[in-house]
Amino acid sequence: MPRVKSRDALEELIGEIVAKRDLNKPCITLCSGTACHATGSDSVADAIVEELDKQGLTEEVGFRRTGCHGFCEQGPIVVIYPEAICYLNVTPDDAPEIISKTIKETGIIDRLLYTDPSTGERIVHEHEIPFYKHQSRLVFGDNLRIDPTNIKDYLALGGYRALARVLHELTPEEVLEEVKRANLRGRGGGGFPAGMKWESTRNAPGEPKYVIVNCDEGDPGAYMDRSIMEGNPHRVLEGLTICAYAIGARHGFVYVRQEYPLAVKNLGIALEQAREYGFLGTDILGSGFEFDVKVHRGAGAFVSGESSALMNAIEGKVGEPRPKYVHTSEAGIWDKPSNLNNVETLANVPLIIEKGADWFGSIGTEGSKGTKIFSLVGTVNNTGLVEVPMGTTLRDIIYKIGGGIRGGKRFKGVQTGGPSGGIIPVQYLDLPVDFDELTKLGSMMGSGGMIVIDEDTCIVDLARYFVDFLCDESCGKCVPCREGLKRMREILEDIVAGRGKEGDIELLEEIAVVMKKASLCALGTTAANPALSTIRYFRDEYDAHIKEKRCPALVCKDLISYYIEPEACIACLKCLKNCPEGAIEGEKRVIHVIEQSKCVKCGICYDVCPPKVGAVKKISGKPVPPSLPEAERAIRKGKKKGGGSD
Amino acid sequence: MVEIDMKVKMKRVDEIIERYKGEEGVLIQLLLDIQSEFNWIPHGVIARISEKMRIPTSQIYRIASFYKAMSLNPVGRHIVQVCMGTACQVRGAPKILDRLEANLKIKEGGTTPDMRFSLKRVNCLGCCAMGPVIEVDGTYHGKVTSAMVQEILEKYE
Repeated sequence: MPRVKSRDALEELIGEIVAKRDLNKPCITLCSGTACHATGSDSVADAIVEELDKQGLTEEVGFRRTGCHGFCEQGPIVVIYPEAICYLNVTPDDAPEIISKTIKETGIIDRLLYTDPSTGERIVHEHEIPFYKHQSRLVFGDNLRIDPTNIKDYLALGGYRALARVLHELTPEEVLEEVKRANLRGRGGGGFPAGMKWESTRNAPGEPKYVIVNCDEGDPGAYMDRSIMEGNPHRVLEGLTICAYAIGARHGFVYVRQEYPLAVKNLGIALEQAREYGFLGTDILGSGFEFDVKVHRGAGAFVSGESSALMNAIEGKVGEPRPKYVHTSEAGIWDKPSNLNNVETLANVPLIIEKGADWFGSIGTEGSKGTKIFSLVGTVNNTGLVEVPMGTTLRDIIYKIGGGIRGGKRFKGVQTGGPSGGIIPVQYLDLPVDFDELTKLGSMMGSGGMIVIDEDTCIVDLARYFVDFLCDESCGKCVPCREGLKRMREILEDIVAGRGKEGDIELLEEIAVVMKKASLCALGTTAANPALSTIRYFRDEYDAHIKEKRCPALVCKDLISYYIEPEACIACLKCLKNCPEGAIEGEKRVIHVIEQSKCVKCGICYDVCPPKVGAVKKISGKPVPPSLPEAERAIRKGKKKGGGSD
Repeated sequence: MVEIDMKVKMKRVDEIIERYKGEEGVLIQLLLDIQSEFNWIPHGVIARISEKMRIPTSQIYRIASFYKAMSLNPVGRHIVQVCMGTACQVRGAPKILDRLEANLKIKEGGTTPDMRFSLKRVNCLGCCAMGPVIEVDGTYHGKVTSAMVQEILEKYE
């Protein structure tokens, strides 16, 4: 492929690609994001290819492996075009039927369709499934149509047109102005306006200037950046190149986590193709603009996602933050002006250029424009990636799109903003989600992780988890963060172990204030948020642990016991056989009893006890009832129907 | 035999070093390549890098001990990574880790004496919709329950 040397040549190329594509030709697409890999999309792909070959349809039917569709709960996902018939949970064994029935005879395979859990209705088309129906997928939507390893798929959807427009029609100042006017705020954490960041880097003295994509995505529970980078890497590269033009940078970096091997791979392929087509390199699209990108793999350190730490890492040094009185926009990589944006932020840029700042500004709320991708995970029915306009309520996200809480459990709260965020309780379900509203509630947007928790999650234990996480990830450079987190962890560990004492909560709050004021970087200044927000909204749970030595959610190991209810036990031997410690005593037709001294509280008995029986119980805050005398433990024949289901 | 292994090994190391020679700020990338080649970073290799790249060993140790993706100890034939991200956490990851520790009779971060398994916890594998997730040698196992743990381990010799 010769390099594309002008804007007209790009239009010509796009025209050619589109003309060659017959939109009425059947095409099978298969989601091949990481989650679908985990559920076996590779073997489904092999089966489809083999079956197409066997039935002699390789020419007539297209097959495309796309990036993540977002509905990861139900993967692997197959969508058949042009009708957009959506099959979920597909296995390799389904391939022959999909081809002979759906492709050849346009028949629908009912068992592979989405079933609405409330009505039992089966839904044929992807866009009619409630999980998709209530979203507006402006940034993420193309993932479904693109094979990320084929630049032509991106071009067919008008890819790199925004870049061509920028290079040939707009001055760098005009690009800057457009992004500023759109009020695009950073999707990776604090929500700082991207346009202002670009401007200060542009205006900072010193050459060369650098632009960087942050795909470190260390926030546990968030994976939208991974899915964009894996599924649509050219869009990020186009956004980055536009950013470089506006700032006047000729060198760019993509910082991507080593834990994301597929993202690293697809990004590498995309870079090669972009160079080959002339979207990177010298004289891009005949404009004279020169820009290229290097990939830097992160080596597993949460703090390295912080901007100044990330720049240290790119220099090959230990990824620790620098003091923040010097902005990275003035002195970043090798002390040169450097601009860092998150993946999702940059993926929005081509859209803003193409459709205009006014259009972008018409979506969202007063202070937060556009859409946001959330990773809706935890104890919700439809887990996956969800893109909605800023300002959508938590209730719409969790119930309309997420399908509510799994297992009919009670909703307790939603954790947003990663380890530095907070937990929002049930009374704020109707809150419109945007940068400012979340901050008001003591949480934050972060990169968009939304972890739903139900009555079975212990809030104190969750706070301990976050503090433990941050303690582990604190680089140890400044005292408030290093020591503050350790002390907080000690206190929280004591509380969950039943050693909590009066005054612990106040002490936690006191430490939090110091950390907030005196830590070096954002990791430390926000590290107390999980503890503070849980104390603010769930103080009763802290009190139950401290004063009553009781864990209301029945989670904290040291405060709970497992116990078999004699009236419910059917003596089926399941728990007894599965207990790894041999702590369960009993036999067929003899009610089982847990020997408390041997029990390690692993919970396997609780998990394997048939749900209909539900004899294994967790109790907290009260003693385990004495077991029945030996003589009363025998179950007489016929006493319980369906007993002994072993 | 050992000597021949060592020679082959050092040849690989030199090839990797060659990729990065003369470039600035490449130490982390180089060490990551070494890590994925050998699954750990042997001390002899560090000396070699130091000599060839003219970087003090202290600086290399500083990097290799800071980043979680790098290991200064030999690891088992199979690496079991337990995701402890928030989504997995609220879906029962701690129980899975407990079970792995009990079945393998090692603590998180350790390696079994027969060098069959190393057990690690990771902060997030980004498969949050499938939690709890464990990854063995690059293969993801989703929606794991305590009862499934032994069955998964048995797949790896």
